[in-house]
Amino acid sequence: MGTWQLVRAGFRQQSQYRLAMVAGLATNCVFGFIRASVLLAALDASTGAFAGYTRESLAAYVWISQALLGAVLLMVPTTAVGERIKTGDIAVDFLRPVSLLAGHLWMALGRGLFTLLPRGVPAVVVGTLTVGWFLPGGVAPYLLGAVSVVLAVAGSYLGAHCVALAGFWLVETRGLNALYGIVATFLAGLFVPVDLFPGWLRGLAALTPFPTFLQYPVDVLSGRVVGLDAWSHLATQAGWLLGMLLLAQLLATLGRRHLEVQGG
Amino acid sequence: MAETTWRADLTAYRAVLGSRVRAQASYRTSFATDLATAFLVGVVELAETWVVFSQVDVLGGLSFAAVLLVFGLSNICFATADLVVGHLDRLPRYIQAGTIDVFYLRPQPLLAQLVTSEISLRRLTRIGVGVIALVWGLSVNDVPDPARAAAVVALSLVFGTVVFAAQFVTAAGCQFWLVNGAELTNSFTYGSSYAASQPASVFGTVLKLTFGYLVPAAFVGYLPTLVVLGLPGPSLLPAWLAWCLPLAALWSCLVAGLVWRAGVRHYQGAGG
Repeated sequence: MGTWQLVRAGFRQQSQYRLAMVAGLATNCVFGFIRASVLLAALDASTGAFAGYTRESLAAYVWISQALLGAVLLMVPTTAVGERIKTGDIAVDFLRPVSLLAGHLWMALGRGLFTLLPRGVPAVVVGTLTVGWFLPGGVAPYLLGAVSVVLAVAGSYLGAHCVALAGFWLVETRGLNALYGIVATFLAGLFVPVDLFPGWLRGLAALTPFPTFLQYPVDVLSGRVVGLDAWSHLATQAGWLLGMLLLAQLLATLGRRHLEVQGG
Repeated sequence: MAETTWRADLTAYRAVLGSRVRAQASYRTSFATDLATAFLVGVVELAETWVVFSQVDVLGGLSFAAVLLVFGLSNICFATADLVVGHLDRLPRYIQAGTIDVFYLRPQPLLAQLVTSEISLRRLTRIGVGVIALVWGLSVNDVPDPARAAAVVALSLVFGTVVFAAQFVTAAGCQFWLVNGAELTNSFTYGSSYAASQPASVFGTVLKLTFGYLVPAAFVGYLPTLVVLGLPGPSLLPAWLAWCLPLAALWSCLVAGLVWRAGVRHYQGAGG
């Protein structure tokens, strides 16, 4: 089965639950309103530089990150792989002609990209209607931004995938999953942009792949980071992606050796 | 007669919960990890608030010390509601798999069965984070009238928990239509808990009306904090409104009841 068919299958799977999409969009918007209120009030109350953010760039940050939320897997990093490891169905996946990783990654990419249409685009529209126009001019931010978003969707899936693979050893990954979800969300810059963190915390975030899941694509897509800096963002994202790909492969190989499935 | 069945129900509930508690505590490592994780989740949420205050001294008229009270109250209430009814977020799984049919066949209300089927003990440490924030907040703030503060804190802890529990039920009731909306249940309840832990004075009119009246999240943490500190409060959300928290809880329960009943009737079975 071709890669393209897997992506399309993920795309179509996600398109079936229309009401859930509408509801997801509604919650994205409500969260966007709350976050925009809090951050804009903080900007008004701030006497410092506020990391160079203006009302426009802060609004762009809030609404573009809300738009990406459904596509990027952060807050609730549940994956089908985790469930299949727990039930033992994973043994069947190992026998398929498609590698475990490729099968799930391409589907996840399809699902994520579909989610951008009904949840991402309207969230940006709602944002521009309520706080004014914040999208960048020119073509470059959109082209580079598209690449950055694809890297972020794939990268965030791989992160969750690796957590799920820990299930080969832990069996119950619920605790780890919840912890990953909250730490990743925080360090990705969902609630407060990473650039507003105090220095040591920003340093800590830079040691993880999480900012490349959200802060980076938002920076590139909103035109806050342009030119050579934008390319460097993309390179960092690609680097983490590659690292996580290798980790996922390694975990799958080791896990397969460790796996014991009972029954006949 | 009625009394004996009532007592029998209670005994049954105690037996079920007792078995669930023993079951959760028997896998020691897993249970300890769960407890530690829930604690860390609370700490990270507090850190999110703190990061905003690393940029500003006062947000929406409240200092970080004051926001600790808002955070503490809303977190204790949310985590307690989560402990008691939070497992309702499993409903979509039952609906998708069709196993919900079994619940319909038993001679007990569906909601009662689902609520009493589990208790999420791992939320205990999350409540602990809220208690730490609340006690910390009470000790660093200037409290003009301690008796009034104690009364409003007690009111908030009881009825604030009811408000959040009702929201869990409302979100679960929506699942009968959404089916694949587990993420939504979480975002709706977590969204209102997020709104509850912010100073509501930063909101515009629409948000103030939404989280002040429609989904009364501001009643849980923000309004009681104003009373504790003796502050007047912004337009649309005066401090005295905090004493109307029982009414807000009643309103939440009414909405939850309507949505849940409609949902239960909407379900048509998975066949089989």
